[in-house]
Amino acid sequence: MAAPATPATPGTHDTARPTIVLVGHGMVGQRFLEELAERGVTGRARVVVLCEEPRPAYDRVQLTSYFAGRTPDDLSLTAPDFMARHGIELHIGDPAEAIDRESRTVTARSGLTVRYDTLVLATGSYPFVPPVPGKDSAGCFVYRTIEDLLAIEDYARTAGSGVVVGGGLLGLEAAGALKGLGLRTHIVEFNPRLMALQVDEGGGSALRRTVEEMGLEVHTGVGGKEITADEDGAVTGMELSDGSRIATDLVIFSAGVRPRDQLARDCGLAVGERGGIVVDEQCRTSDPAVHAIGECALAADGRVYGLVAPGYDMARTAADAIAGKDSGFTGADLSTKLKLLGVDVASFGDAHGTTEGCLDVVYADSRSGVYKKLVIGADGTLLGGVLVGDAESYGMLRPLTGSVPPVAPEQLVLPAGAGAPAALGPSALPDDAVVCNCHNVTKGAIRSAVTEHECTTVPQVKKCTKAGTGCGSCVKALTTLVNDELAAGGVAVDTGLCGCFPHTRAELYEIVRTLRLTSYAELLESHGRPEARSGDGCEVCKPTVGSIIASLAPAVGADGYVLHGEQAALQDTNDHFLANLQRNGSYSIVPRIPGGEITPEKLIVIGEVARDFGLYTKITGGQRIDLFGARVDQLPVIWSRLVDAGFESGHAYGKALRTVKSCVGQTWCRYGVQDSVRMAIDLELRYRGLRSPHKLKSAVSGCARECAEARGKDFGVIATSNGWNLYVGGNGGADPRHADLLAQDLSDAELVRLIDRFLMFYIRTADRLERTSAWLERIEGGLDHVRDVVVHDSLGLCDELEALMAAHVAHYRDEWAETLADPDRLARFVSFVNAPGTPDPSVRFVPERDQMKPDPALLAGPTLPVRTLEGTSAR
Amino acid sequence: MTTATAASPAATTAAPSPLVEILGPEGWLAVCALGDLIPGRGVAALLPDGSQAAVFVDRGGRTYAIGNQDPFTGAQVLSRGLTGSAADRPFVASPLLKQRFDLETGECLDDPSASVPVYRVRMDGAADGGRDD
Ligand code: SRM
Ligand SMILES: Cc1cc2nc3c(=O)[nH]c(=O)nc-3n(C[C@H](O)[C@H](O)[C@H](O)COP(=O)(O)OP(=O)(O)OC[C@H]3O[C@@H](n4cnc5c(N)ncnc54)[C@H](O)[C@@H]3O)c2cc1C
Ligand code: SF4
Ligand code: FES
Repeated sequence: MAAPATPATPGTHDTARPTIVLVGHGMVGQRFLEELAERGVTGRARVVVLCEEPRPAYDRVQLTSYFAGRTPDDLSLTAPDFMARHGIELHIGDPAEAIDRESRTVTARSGLTVRYDTLVLATGSYPFVPPVPGKDSAGCFVYRTIEDLLAIEDYARTAGSGVVVGGGLLGLEAAGALKGLGLRTHIVEFNPRLMALQVDEGGGSALRRTVEEMGLEVHTGVGGKEITADEDGAVTGMELSDGSRIATDLVIFSAGVRPRDQLARDCGLAVGERGGIVVDEQCRTSDPAVHAIGECALAADGRVYGLVAPGYDMARTAADAIAGKDSGFTGADLSTKLKLLGVDVASFGDAHGTTEGCLDVVYADSRSGVYKKLVIGADGTLLGGVLVGDAESYGMLRPLTGSVPPVAPEQLVLPAGAGAPAALGPSALPDDAVVCNCHNVTKGAIRSAVTEHECTTVPQVKKCTKAGTGCGSCVKALTTLVNDELAAGGVAVDTGLCGCFPHTRAELYEIVRTLRLTSYAELLESHGRPEARSGDGCEVCKPTVGSIIASLAPAVGADGYVLHGEQAALQDTNDHFLANLQRNGSYSIVPRIPGGEITPEKLIVIGEVARDFGLYTKITGGQRIDLFGARVDQLPVIWSRLVDAGFESGHAYGKALRTVKSCVGQTWCRYGVQDSVRMAIDLELRYRGLRSPHKLKSAVSGCARECAEARGKDFGVIATSNGWNLYVGGNGGADPRHADLLAQDLSDAELVRLIDRFLMFYIRTADRLERTSAWLERIEGGLDHVRDVVVHDSLGLCDELEALMAAHVAHYRDEWAETLADPDRLARFVSFVNAPGTPDPSVRFVPERDQMKPDPALLAGPTLPVRTLEGTSAR
Repeated sequence: MTTATAASPAATTAAPSPLVEILGPEGWLAVCALGDLIPGRGVAALLPDGSQAAVFVDRGGRTYAIGNQDPFTGAQVLSRGLTGSAADRPFVASPLLKQRFDLETGECLDDPSASVPVYRVRMDGAADGGRDD
């Protein structure tokens, strides 16, 4: 937590330097400080900040992501050294209590009194709680601060159901959070529809249907009449205005916010009739020494803005005014795009069609919960719109607002592929179109970041322009623009997989998936680099494409068996022989032992097979047993013994799921809180055989002691008393990484669903030989993005990802059983094509510690590998 | 009970497939039928002097044979590598440490100091390797 950089001296005033006092360290307050620093004001002035909350500014917009595993630290907006670096005095947990404009002093709760030359109020809003009897009972909450969420989370542990009063933007968000906490959730909305402010009737009913399908109960057109409580004063239920009653243990009020203007009222500053500190275009209040910015201000256009982007604009305006620069805040766009309960909702411009003479263009598909409306002016200008269920086009439509779209409006609302022409991308936008609403960045500014400021990547452009660093809804458009600009400048980097394909692995995946290609040759002919089309491919792209086809097999209609037809030629040596090649040309055999659990009978079979074939045995680091030293011609006979005894391939040779390790868990261990062995077995059996860009490993621990080392795995599961915590992106090896928490306290079904989505999203977007850890660090947006996609379904992909996994699970067959049943395949397991019965004389062993090892005399011994091809390894 | 018998490759392929012969230290030797080869993969052949050859066919139907021993590890495994082409040169990548060997010259593309022997190949006693020359 940031401490004051220099101790504040109460009541004193440094006459050499002017003093700026900021009251309120919320989102807008922090932005104001950054703007001051940028203008060099922090160097010339003493800056004192009074912060009411127990922590410095954090990202309130992302508040709900706390429930998805983000910690308060993750949400922080303040770099740890920000205050110290700029010499700002931050007083945490010390709210301003009085302002004396006469003597120009502010007094805080601690008694600290500071004289100011300039005072800036950024006190935000408070949640409005309707005067319902019983509203102060235990179990009633509001939804505004991290402290509110901590209290809700705590109370929800013993609650079975919850009511959210208010079906607006925040109410839906709170309802989603309650649902996520496992509560039966009701939404009570006084208006006849949900999100009445943002969407129209059609949008409201599409939204309602989708929300109800998620299992939330929606009550519209009714209000809360009374909250009932038990003798201890804890909530038991809510009576509604129509006489009905909901039994509930918890209530969240989310019925709108009101500007926090009490301090201003008390010191006689002008406030609006319905609240809000009156300011002019420079964000000055009725006292020119006092500014007000953010949600507490009543802007010059007569509005109080409840969104962060206008607040940021005000922060900039006030900093300009203080630095002696002229700018102004005259109003802002109320466009929003949100992901509420997994439903995309967006509204922009004149969403309600209040402009005279305007017309609506509406597309509605109630089956899929999609509703899109555009408001078009009499002259064809796009005035605004509402998008529910599919807000993909928001990034492009919003900047077009105010201009005549280049294509007929109905084509802008039709779903892709339904007669709509090739989607009109951000490239069609004019240069002055605002692409990032949060930071007011135009397309022109993004282009010049590339052309003039020499940014060559999206992260660089983000840093340079701030575009995309707010709500994130513009990142897609931003990426397209940056890439277009780079391509136009001829800076295109060759991201191709190898000399044969100009595409990345992820692009090849999309090509195979969408064109349903099942043949490498066809892919090379149609999508290879021209110079490689007639060639033989290479050792990089062949296994990559083989793996993509295997991952997608059921979906594209390919055979999931990796040795089927042409696919056999694509596989790396290990996959081709379904075993791991060892240094002397022999193979190792690893049967699957799900969760590391094995019966004595099976152990005996492994022992007998090893003894009969003279194999070296070792317990692996993956909780199973490896049998080394088999000749290629012995593999089928050994496996027929193993398959008969009920073993399956352990895929130790493939870029595929390896093991799901387990600890003994609740069944035996005195600390265990869940059955980790059962879960590990279930997961291993579910994902076995799944081909992926790199190997996948997992583990399940029965309690936080973490004996299974789950956080060192691609997906690791740790039991809690409420369910399971899911961690992703861990690995061991040379550069170990602990997995990050993706979601917590999941039920069995929720856990499996999230893993399904996570794995399929990884398989879809990772590079070749890129483990989940490296992938998570590379992809745009990192863990947050992955969480948005797989937990909040921000890309609307989850159904498809789940369907792909379901198909994988349904089509799984054991590769070794399949191979043994096929004489053509078995014919390949010979040492010599011209002497099928002859064993390879070069595969010889010498004794070692009661077993055997490769005969060193026959081998040259590895010289240093000259080719540092990443991922030459099999495991 | 699942039975696994490693059937002879020749026994399972259709009859009219030309025979692949390679020129070993003791003259031409038929190693398999062309149909036994999978384009892009190899097989190993045991030569009369106990040495081993790795035999390949590419997507265009051309056949190649080089020594099977990987000079970097000493293991007889090159026949199990993946083939490809780079700048029109056909190659096989060792399955152990991935060095690539030119199938026509035996040179190691990643380390000029290493190479493997090359064997001439012909089909049913006809021209080398099914090539047009
Ligand atoms: C057999 C085994 C060692 C043992 O005797 O215990 C083993 C053997 C190999 N590991 Fe491993 N690893 C084995 C468990 C592990 C573990 C432990 C675990 O899974 O909990 C790890 C650390 C966890 C992890 O993967 O993050 C491990 C991390 C690696 C890595 C580093 C991965 C990374 O992301 O950094 C490699 C190199 C690679 O994959 O690129 C590797 C690669 C290999 C290779 C393929 C090395 C090579 O290039 O030859 C070895 C294969 C030998 C073979 O062909 O049979 N092995 N390896 C273990 C087999 C487990 C199994 O039952 O399938
Ligand atoms: C759950 C949630 C989701 C949201 N989602 C979005 C969204 O998707 N998009 C969007 O644009 N906006 C969203 N918002 C609104 C957005 O968070 C606000 O617009 C933004 O935080 C306003 O910033 P502010 O600095 O004006 O107020 P705040 O961030 O509320 O900060 C005001 C601070 O001042 C402090 N304070 C008050 N009085 C005093 C005093 N006397 N002394 C000292 N300190 C004081 C308060 O404790 C508070 O910390 C959301 C809000 C919530 C709660
Ligand atoms: S992780 Fe917990 S439950 Fe599992 S063995 Fe260790 S202490 Fe026991
Ligand atoms: S629009 Fe919110 S980050 Fe760009």
